[in-house]
Amino acid sequence: MRYSGFRVIKEALTGHRGWGPAWRDPDPKPEYDYIIIGGGGHGLATAYYLAKEYKQSRIAVLEKGWIGSGNVGRNTTIVRSNYLLDGNEPFYEFSLKLWEGLEQDLNYNAMMSQRGIINLMHSDAQRDAYIRRGNAMILNGADAQLLDQKQVLEKYPFLNVKSARFPVMGGLLQARAGTARHDAVAWGYARAADQRGVDIIQNCEVTGFRIEGSRIRGVETSRGYIGAKKVGACVAGSSSKVMAYAGMHLPIESHVLQAFVTEGLKPVLPGVITYGAGHFYCSQSDKGGLVFGGNIDGYNSYAQRGNLPMVEDVMEEAIAMFPMLGRARLLRSWGGIMDMSMDGTPIIDKTHIDGLYFNGGWCYGGFKATPASGFVYAHLLATDTPHDTATAFRLDRFHTGHMIDEKGMGNQPNLH
Amino acid sequence: MSLQNRLDGGLIDRSETWSFRFDNKYYKGHKGDTLASALLANGVRLMGRSFKYHRPRGPMTTGSEEPNAIVELREGARKEPNTRATTIELYDGLRANSQNRWPSLNFDAMAVNDLLSNFFAAGFYYKTFMWPAAFWEKVYEPIIRRAAGLGSLSLQDDPDGYDKGFLHCDLLIIGGGPAGLAAALTAGESGARVVLCDEDFLVGGRLNLETYEVGGMAGAAWAAETVARLQALPNVRVMPRTTVIGAFDHGIYGAVERVSDHLAVPEDGKPRQILWRITSKRALLCAGAIERPIVFENNDRPGIMQASALRAYANRWATTPAQQVAIFTNNDDGHRTAYDLVAKGVKVVSVIDTRTDAPTSSEYDVIAGGVIDQTWGRLGLSQIEVKMPKGGTRRIKCGALGVSGGWNPNVHLTCHQGGRPTWNNALAAFVPSGTLPPGMTVAGAANGIFSTHGALQSGADGAKAILADLAIKASAPALPEAEDTPVKITPFWHVKTAKRAWVDQQNDVTAKDIKLAHQENYVSVEHLKRYTTLGMATDQGKTSNTAGLAIMAEVAGKAIPEVGTTMFRPPYTPTAMGVYAGRAWGMEMRPTRLTPSHKWAEEQGAVFTEAGLWLRAQWYPKPGETHWRQSCDREVIQTRKSVGICDVTSLGKIDVQGADAAAFLNTVYCNGFAKLPVGKVRYGLMLREDGIVMDDGTAARLAENHFVVTTTTAKAVEVYRHLEFVRQCLCPDKDVHLISTTDAWAQFSVAGPNSRKLLEKIVDDGVNLSNEAFPFMACAEITICGGLRARLFRISFSGELAYEIAVPTRYGDALVRRLMQAGAEFDVVPYGLEALNVMRIEKGHVTGNELNGTTTALNLGMGRMVSKAKDSIGSTLSERPGLNEPDALKLVGLRPVNKDHMVPAGAHLMSKGTKVDAVHGQGYVTSACYSPNLGCHIALGFLKSGDTRIGETIRLVSPLMGVDHEVEVVSPNFFDPEGERLRA
Amino acid sequence: MIINHPLLGPRDSSEFVYLGDARLLNRPDWQADNALEQFIDYGHTRENPAGLHRELWYHEQGDRSWLVVTRNTVTHEITQVELARDVARTGGRSK
Repeated sequence: MRYSGFRVIKEALTGHRGWGPAWRDPDPKPEYDYIIIGGGGHGLATAYYLAKEYKQSRIAVLEKGWIGSGNVGRNTTIVRSNYLLDGNEPFYEFSLKLWEGLEQDLNYNAMMSQRGIINLMHSDAQRDAYIRRGNAMILNGADAQLLDQKQVLEKYPFLNVKSARFPVMGGLLQARAGTARHDAVAWGYARAADQRGVDIIQNCEVTGFRIEGSRIRGVETSRGYIGAKKVGACVAGSSSKVMAYAGMHLPIESHVLQAFVTEGLKPVLPGVITYGAGHFYCSQSDKGGLVFGGNIDGYNSYAQRGNLPMVEDVMEEAIAMFPMLGRARLLRSWGGIMDMSMDGTPIIDKTHIDGLYFNGGWCYGGFKATPASGFVYAHLLATDTPHDTATAFRLDRFHTGHMIDEKGMGNQPNLH
Repeated sequence: MSLQNRLDGGLIDRSETWSFRFDNKYYKGHKGDTLASALLANGVRLMGRSFKYHRPRGPMTTGSEEPNAIVELREGARKEPNTRATTIELYDGLRANSQNRWPSLNFDAMAVNDLLSNFFAAGFYYKTFMWPAAFWEKVYEPIIRRAAGLGSLSLQDDPDGYDKGFLHCDLLIIGGGPAGLAAALTAGESGARVVLCDEDFLVGGRLNLETYEVGGMAGAAWAAETVARLQALPNVRVMPRTTVIGAFDHGIYGAVERVSDHLAVPEDGKPRQILWRITSKRALLCAGAIERPIVFENNDRPGIMQASALRAYANRWATTPAQQVAIFTNNDDGHRTAYDLVAKGVKVVSVIDTRTDAPTSSEYDVIAGGVIDQTWGRLGLSQIEVKMPKGGTRRIKCGALGVSGGWNPNVHLTCHQGGRPTWNNALAAFVPSGTLPPGMTVAGAANGIFSTHGALQSGADGAKAILADLAIKASAPALPEAEDTPVKITPFWHVKTAKRAWVDQQNDVTAKDIKLAHQENYVSVEHLKRYTTLGMATDQGKTSNTAGLAIMAEVAGKAIPEVGTTMFRPPYTPTAMGVYAGRAWGMEMRPTRLTPSHKWAEEQGAVFTEAGLWLRAQWYPKPGETHWRQSCDREVIQTRKSVGICDVTSLGKIDVQGADAAAFLNTVYCNGFAKLPVGKVRYGLMLREDGIVMDDGTAARLAENHFVVTTTTAKAVEVYRHLEFVRQCLCPDKDVHLISTTDAWAQFSVAGPNSRKLLEKIVDDGVNLSNEAFPFMACAEITICGGLRARLFRISFSGELAYEIAVPTRYGDALVRRLMQAGAEFDVVPYGLEALNVMRIEKGHVTGNELNGTTTALNLGMGRMVSKAKDSIGSTLSERPGLNEPDALKLVGLRPVNKDHMVPAGAHLMSKGTKVDAVHGQGYVTSACYSPNLGCHIALGFLKSGDTRIGETIRLVSPLMGVDHEVEVVSPNFFDPEGERLRA
Repeated sequence: MIINHPLLGPRDSSEFVYLGDARLLNRPDWQADNALEQFIDYGHTRENPAGLHRELWYHEQGDRSWLVVTRNTVTHEITQVELARDVARTGGRSK
């Protein structure tokens, strides 16, 4: 059923009796051409683009819980393409372009809102680095603007510059960046994929692979064996566990990232703003809550919760930027499992098993990548060749020395 | 003073009468009132508006779970949006304003949404606002954002201070009701270290809200007496106004004490709030229970509230929302409310009990088996309609309605570490499960034990079990007598209606929305929550979740526990962001490190800049200089002409000693150190294990077994950590010891052709500084100024004949003054970071801009330094092909073809004649400056195969700044390439 | 979190800096035939278990000991804390 203005009005006047399920709840079939493991944003997007762009069929998404229960449903909703390195920027810019037409493509309002992101800068060296990055963005076809302090203050007049421990020298603005309603992204892809015949199977946990020789044959699940010609894993937070079923050890550590939301407040933040003398990013949702986060806690964790020191650290940075937030109240905090890769960059690649593919290691930057990750993964699954924008996300790059280390932190995952 | 709805008795202090203002009207209240109780006493029921439909709302509760009566407290910079009127302690002169309404609370134009509610069903926004595409940011979203949010921030800096504190205890008791007090008494009198936190300003929990007797006295009196008894114990700390907000790992709890929120302005020197980090061996959760509503049509009008709130207002705060009230219940507790109200002289017009076997009463009318199917009253309840058990309806006039759907144990904190509550059929409620945060147990109503006796007993028993666990002998006091009424409930969740019945009152989620979510297959409990926003209000669903789950269970044809539960997450109640930050804000956000010459530099009028946590002199303006470049150029020219002095203390210093010190350095530096002679310094490059450069610096061999290593300012901490890792983890038996001496030695660079002459004036007799005796890269321990021990290094970052001289930090200030005095004859200048940077760029020396975490020794032109003849950190992985591409980036110098052009750092490099885009990128500029010696801008950068392209003209682009011009590739060593000056 | 330092007793985890998997103690021999392969594995592969994890913590705001902490990554429960130096010695890392 298509959502349309006419339909919305008609249903409003007739008690909403006509709305059907947003997606079906099919039982798993004995075999599929494609099985996507993981009903998060990336997995659902992969299934959608496989069906839509690559005209494939007999596709299933297997989700161990409810769709969108992973990081797509617990992030700070920021969408941007302000990367530095050539291995990254074309991919994220491709993603941003997909975001820009997403609602119409999916016929689902994910509330992608291009209200801009500003990275504040606090030193000459940081300014130099931001200029290099802004130039890289423009040279890759994205947009970037350098703002001085006055221009930042025009947008954020309550920013602390008078008694700032680290002076605010200005910022790097990407005007096309913004936020999207995270759950709606998962639901929109699910509904659109379902309408193209994709079976979305919830409460179906993959417990093993069936591999014959060096070829995948299917997956063992909590709902029985399901055959497949190709299997794509897309299981942020469980990457190490699931790929171990195929005997793989990944260049990944799983960490906890906490995120935060305040009570609803009348809008004060026009866009996304990040603090450069630390790590803090903040925006305000269309419901009025300030949504923000900072660094990962720093230790391996699958607990989906963090501890006080990082909460305090994040708030210190919040108050450093905006002393007027002292009396705003934190409503809720939560934790997600971040699969931190060794260079801070994701992996989208084939594996040593024919027909088994891996997509993961998104650190805490996966949300913005959702459309492109799905698109290029679908490309890889359908064609067995990497998409033009994702040629560098290889699993063997640590062997060859072609790391994509955006922050220059080296092979220590908790620093990315 | 007699107020319309003020009753007799209560725990308010009538000797203190205070005036306060809500919106534009003044009212009177007493000490002990909350804003909600005082407003009710003044006949005010309408205190807020709901989020989506702007429905008129009054208080639903008496506690921190309040979803409806939320206001903006105070005005000006101290304005606090979304403050629960039910928890605001009244003070004289209090000012509060209603929020989320326009133009006024009584007449809110946004209530038009209520009339259009058919269009605003759950998830409506996901289905619309998509046409045309460009309209989202331009039209729809601005409209939505104008309506977004509840209260508004002041937009002014928070004027109040916050603090942090640390507490350690054997037992943390969360909640000071009957269970918590009995536990505190038991543990406290047994000698255990006890912290008792209660979010209320009056400790006692429901003992202060009920009429039950405890030990033959009023419950509130017993609570007061017990609190006094506890406060007399030195090992017990009773903390009222303190909310435990989170249960973290290993027995650590976060708690917020509201030190000053009950005052108009904090007392001088007092913080507004304190964040306590409480490290407990055990915790006992005694957080009580929260009464839940029954859902029915128009169940959200001001005057409709929890039945228990109705009696709490009457018992503790001597007030009632109206003189004629009705009760709607599915359990015996609703009758307790009726009984208490009658005793207070409030007219109970009817008790509507959903159970056909409801108890009867001589005090009030009972409609057994009836339900409420409609209510009236635009700004406050005026009438209800009861669907009678035998058919037909009856309308009853009343100004308040108490609703009791049973009690939910307050399990919030039990869920903070992933535990989920389990369903208890007898109580028709979720109770804490077995998977609690380690060290936590639960007592009293929070554990589903609802009678006063049961709470006291379980609190005492809980404490005894903990004492036994901690091997503390319990000397348990006798428990007082108290009521022990069993729970009698027949679950009843909602009265079916085709119209709207509110489940989550703040977010305007109705039973219809839940049904629609089910119809659209948003059936997982988390989908339900996220699609409808059920439970996402400021109470985190404390007043709405169970009813929502029950309705979902009904439409899905499942049992409630099959539907599942959502998670409660920290904080327990919304918590001011300021208190988490504590004192770390403004200039105090991070510590500031000052160099030993800071005071002297201040006297010179130096301009300072942040270098990490350090403040360093950036330049030293002279009278008449109006631009930093004038000062910088002068400092550079004068240093190169005569002599300059720069405080370089912030560079990291690590003392390395032991028989294996040289071997150790051989491991951590990629170049060799084993054969460095005593009295010599060597430049060293340290790699990360992945083969990328970590840091550079020098190591000076002061004695056979004694080196001094320097690091960059930025990497001092990481390098020291790394060296300790290598020492302890990779070569645990090497005879080597490390100590960071960064702050122990003040170090100054003395650079320029006259530096030797200057130093000769301060070194003690016998110290020979001649080029022969003390050549480039020499080092020595010497004495200066008549016996002061010092370390002297002949190293040069500037490219000049230069030294670095170190003295114990306490002499740093004296040394800079002496150097300046002794240097007067040479016109010595102090130089700051800017001049230092210019001189190092002129020499092609690298800093953090070049050592950016992605560059290799090869990139820096130091590839040959990586010794293949020994094992060192990073040497193996530096051999990977990706780090040794034939066209690898190489450090080069860049000069503009047109001398007037700048060469900005961050610009990208392109070959001439190619397309300007990322694919054709050839490299980038890392550092740039104006060179007063060369008379033009110069820069360092990385260029593909740069070492083979010297002399080539390439294109420099910085589209971000509109720069696009030609530069010439030159050697990075712009100035004195032969190094004659530094060896002079 | 609280880390029970073998020399100093229980300490708040904010005194420490985390590094990661204790396999980082097992630095390969640079002269082994397949040294490059071994170093790539050493530097980049992680077991990353959901359960017991032996990991390196550094007592930066303390005595500067490196510790090997055995911690459950699902519950965060810490069951063992050792001096990394002792573990390294036991693992055969001498001069």
